[in-house]
Amino acid sequence: MMVQGIKSRPRYSGLHPDPHAKRHLVAAEGEGALAVIDLAMRAGGDFLASLTLLYLPGEGHEAKLFALGADRFESFHDETALLGALDHCLVEARMGTRLYATGTEGFIGLVVQLAHRHGIKHLSIRTEHRGSLARRVYCVHCKAITERVTTNIVECRDCQAPLLVRDHYSRRLAAFMGVAVNAEQPDQIPPIEEIFP
Amino acid sequence: MSRSLDIRTRVDRITTVAEGIKRFDLVPEQGGPLPCFAAGAHVILSMTDGTRTWRNPYSLMGSQGDRSRYSISVLRTANSRGGSHFLHDRVSVGTRISITPPINLFPLELSGRHHLLIAGGIGITPIMSMAEQLNRLGASFDLHYGVRDPARAAYARQMVDQFGERVRLYYDSAGAKLPLDTLLDQQPLGTHLYVCGPEPMIDWVLDRAEAAGWAAENLHSERFTAPAGGQPFTVRLARSGRSLRVGEQETILEAIEAAGLEAPHLCRGGACGHCETEVLSASGPLLHQDHFLTTEQHRAGRRIMICVSRCEGAELVLEL
Repeated sequence: MMVQGIKSRPRYSGLHPDPHAKRHLVAAEGEGALAVIDLAMRAGGDFLASLTLLYLPGEGHEAKLFALGADRFESFHDETALLGALDHCLVEARMGTRLYATGTEGFIGLVVQLAHRHGIKHLSIRTEHRGSLARRVYCVHCKAITERVTTNIVECRDCQAPLLVRDHYSRRLAAFMGVAVNAEQPDQIPPIEEIFP
Repeated sequence: MSRSLDIRTRVDRITTVAEGIKRFDLVPEQGGPLPCFAAGAHVILSMTDGTRTWRNPYSLMGSQGDRSRYSISVLRTANSRGGSHFLHDRVSVGTRISITPPINLFPLELSGRHHLLIAGGIGITPIMSMAEQLNRLGASFDLHYGVRDPARAAYARQMVDQFGERVRLYYDSAGAKLPLDTLLDQQPLGTHLYVCGPEPMIDWVLDRAEAAGWAAENLHSERFTAPAGGQPFTVRLARSGRSLRVGEQETILEAIEAAGLEAPHLCRGGACGHCETEVLSASGPLLHQDHFLTTEQHRAGRRIMICVSRCEGAELVLEL
């Protein structure tokens, strides 16, 4: 039932330091903090002196990130505030700045979506998935987005259609596609399982 | 590209636009609109002089809205394989030339926040089209044009009139040099860079940009490398069993075409990858001249781009 092998399914190849970058801009969320710490270890040199780190804290990683000693470190209470600050950073940034994103898929997707509006190609953003696999799901019937979906089938938060969560992904919407699973046979809904813990 | 798609045109006007540079306006022989094109596109002209045929790519210029004619600008190069000399010396108004439909391997990345256009010499041709398209779209751009001296600066005055402050000219004769490193550091994040010009200039711009921390995705270039000649050799086509001689100033692809055969190809400049061919054996080292295969693939010697590369041995056997 799960539709896989879809080309648009994002891939995250890990946070590798760009040795040529003059400035590093990192947006991290929750468990992504550990990927940032790994990145700082790998980078060495004057990486930290040219690092702007925006963080949406999860459990207990904030102090560790602060202790890294980034040139600029800010933590936020919610996603919207972090994305607002990132938006401002992107307006001010010059070429030679490398953007990194790490955390849940939904968070990385929102960073990539925002960066695209500033003319930054998704391929030039270094990403590493950490934490939950929960997805943002776009309902193709009513266009609502249901957040933090962990199951193969989810009820659309707006039109209540039982949506099959596909691997088909939109960078523009930063969401996976959800299609009514019972469109052919309204009374047949397959078992619901948690597959994106 | 199948030759059946070729468009028959006639030279409608020839204008000298700078020292050694002529513009040729081509109109379709059959009438009817030409295919539309976007900035960065080129066509391949087929020119025949007796037994010799040249197929050279030239960037399309001029109004992208005018489908009644295409314009190209051609520099008469000193080390020409013959194509540019033929156009300059043998072509006149009324000459028939067949061309391919437009091919675009150098498109604008319109999602970019700003566009930095860099041209050297005759490399201005695709870059000027880009400036016109960006200007029409109201997009943000700057154009930097380096050229030997004012007499050779094709379209410089026209571009200054049209785009004003956004155009910067650098004449070697006046000792002016493109302040590349400063420029690279000053661009807003999300800028795309496009460069066309002599090979060493393109390499210089791309190397400096990489060193300045520019992402590869934001760097765009186009090289129309005239394939360098070399020792003649024999190419054997394993599938058809035919053996062909590749002359000193001829490419493998040209030898195949001269024998009345067709092989897949598109750009004829080692850039697009369409003519990638499997090498079954070679009695000498391969002389790779393309910009498509990776360094590792070049070293491995199992693939060759037949539009530009050759073999430094007596015989090359290809899976064709």
